Amino acid sequence: MKRYLAAAATVALLFSTNSALPQVSATAAGSAPDLAYEAVPNFFQAPPGDYMGELQGVATNSKGHVFAYFRGPQTRLWEFGPDGKFIKEIGKGFYGFQFAHSVRVDRHDNIWTVDEGTNVVTKFDPTGTKVLMVVGHRPSQAEGPYATPKGPNPPDEKYTLCRPTDVAWDQQDNIFISDGYCNNRVVKYDRNGRFLAQNGSEKVGKGENEYNLPHGLQVDHQGNVYVADRGNARYVVLDNNLKWKTAYTQYGSAWSDCISEGPHQYLFMSNSNPNGNGPGTWARTGQIYKAELDGTVVGKFGHAGKLAPGWQVVHMMDCRNPNQLIVGEIESWRMQKFVLKGSK
Amino acid sequence: MKRVTTLLLAATAALTLPALAQDIGYSTSQPLTLPHDTFFGMAAGVATDSKGHVFVYTRNGDPIITLAGSRAFAHGGSSLYEFGPDGKYIRQIGKQVYGFLAAQQVRVDKSDNIWVVDRYSSMVMKFDPQGRVAMLLGRKPESVDVPSSPDTGRGTPPGSGQQSDLFQSPTDVAWDADGNIFVADGIGNARIAKFTRDGVFVKSWGARGTGQSEFKSAHGVAVDANGNVYVGDRGNNRIQVFDNNGTYKSSITTGGDPEAICISPGAHQYLFSSNSNPVNDLDRGGEIYKLELNGTVVGKFGQAGKGPKDFGSVNAIDCRNPSALYVAEAGNWRVTKVDLH
Repeated sequence: MKRYLAAAATVALLFSTNSALPQVSATAAGSAPDLAYEAVPNFFQAPPGDYMGELQGVATNSKGHVFAYFRGPQTRLWEFGPDGKFIKEIGKGFYGFQFAHSVRVDRHDNIWTVDEGTNVVTKFDPTGTKVLMVVGHRPSQAEGPYATPKGPNPPDEKYTLCRPTDVAWDQQDNIFISDGYCNNRVVKYDRNGRFLAQNGSEKVGKGENEYNLPHGLQVDHQGNVYVADRGNARYVVLDNNLKWKTAYTQYGSAWSDCISEGPHQYLFMSNSNPNGNGPGTWARTGQIYKAELDGTVVGKFGHAGKLAPGWQVVHMMDCRNPNQLIVGEIESWRMQKFVLKGSK
Repeated sequence: MKRVTTLLLAATAALTLPALAQDIGYSTSQPLTLPHDTFFGMAAGVATDSKGHVFVYTRNGDPIITLAGSRAFAHGGSSLYEFGPDGKYIRQIGKQVYGFLAAQQVRVDKSDNIWVVDRYSSMVMKFDPQGRVAMLLGRKPESVDVPSSPDTGRGTPPGSGQQSDLFQSPTDVAWDADGNIFVADGIGNARIAKFTRDGVFVKSWGARGTGQSEFKSAHGVAVDANGNVYVGDRGNNRIQVFDNNGTYKSSITTGGDPEAICISPGAHQYLFSSNSNPVNDLDRGGEIYKLELNGTVVGKFGQAGKGPKDFGSVNAIDCRNPSALYVAEAGNWRVTKVDLH
């Protein structure tokens, strides 16, 4: 009971309109208008007798095909048609697949996977049959089974990724990688994979130009970079050369972000409920926020829950079309499609 | 004045020396085509046979460690593929073979036998042209300590120089005209082991170090038509040359820090040496040198990178045809054909 009260107090604090906490407009975002939305039930179907696992990555290409990168007994990449029907598996048994984290599709429809087991980001051609580039390198077999090195993180290196989390590109096809669980930085490479710049380092921090688990990133059409700085519960905005611009702190747990296509781009941010579902967490987490690129909130929708259309730890969103989101969840092994009604 | 001139000349010579390595014109392609749902991983070894078939040994799967036994036992994780002269996929060789764990190298001898070197099973496996196991050198450890440092091998002293036919992280294999076998052993042991054509252990030489007949790592081995043995001494920036019995003859320092070496056949033999970039650095090295057997530089080509004409940590060179090479790129997970102009 006492515990419940404490949790309730926390919720009250988070959603209080009393802005004793300056600019923590978890208040502002918390009172953001609810956007009407509709779930499309059972839209994605696994092939008979097969299963999806933890849905770490979801992405669409320009033709509306949907890619799901997930942790099953092996890490796998599946392609679905725009109608939700399974088309094919990509990269079965591929050396760069071990522990899925993200899949994204670039403006040329190349498919990129980010794997935090092999520490490799892979560029596949649009058909998924050819590997065009690998960024990072897989640790040698002898280096051991540990996800994260014991002790302090090893010093960051230009071309070594340490449990990377996400990938994005600007309009010049420069490559941006959030890296990750045992580095705490954002790295920029040119289109051929040559190092250009980084922001952050292997060290954890909460100040400017520091990160605590950069967990996802996106780039807008102007080349600005939006980093989900999960451990610091903020979205960091960098310019194209990775110079610090600002941070949005009012959008909750900062697990993942997505920037829509089209002339008016929106920024979607997931205040994912945490793994483990502690008491009260569903009351203060779970929704996805829609905002302008400058951080102004548009609205929010969705909620945590075991049963569809609730979400169990949203890990990634696709928002190519800002009125139609595809959401991947960790704990419910599920990928859901939503149609947003509340926006034009 | 004379002295100044001499100094100037010396300085000029020193400055222009690297420029003596003329750039060789080249073009690249990736003619090898894999079946659907098969991909190269870390491309460790590439070799051609006398018919132009291409063999690739690659780390492209997950090694499996079996739990709930008396030991952690590791198997799988690497594959050997054969392609036709046109690059078309023909078959996989050695699927499920006991010694495939972490691909390191593949070479083809003059009778078209296929020799596979595996770094963590520490075995050299000879397959006949039909793909059957013909002879085995070394023995796979009964258990694999994970993690183990790749530089010290497993259990025995590093660079021990011991007389033994067991290996620690071997890297390469070569033969002389009589069929004697030379194994570069390698990263764990830093020595060369010599066997007769029938696999009888003759001797080994070398230990870890920087002096003559010492290696930082014996990372490649090649034998010329006269039986001289060339060892890529990666880490010491040199190729050491020995006679057929391991007596030191000379060192070649014009080929960079050799990660992979190859000697072409024919009346005029060339020595190729790849100054490969480490997999965690694209900003230095990467070029391949073409040398005369005495170390005189013919020229060089390439640089580190991920682009189509770049090389990413070349781990093997096939130079059966010295103007049409195959290179295995461990960093770029691809096998590239290089035509020299």
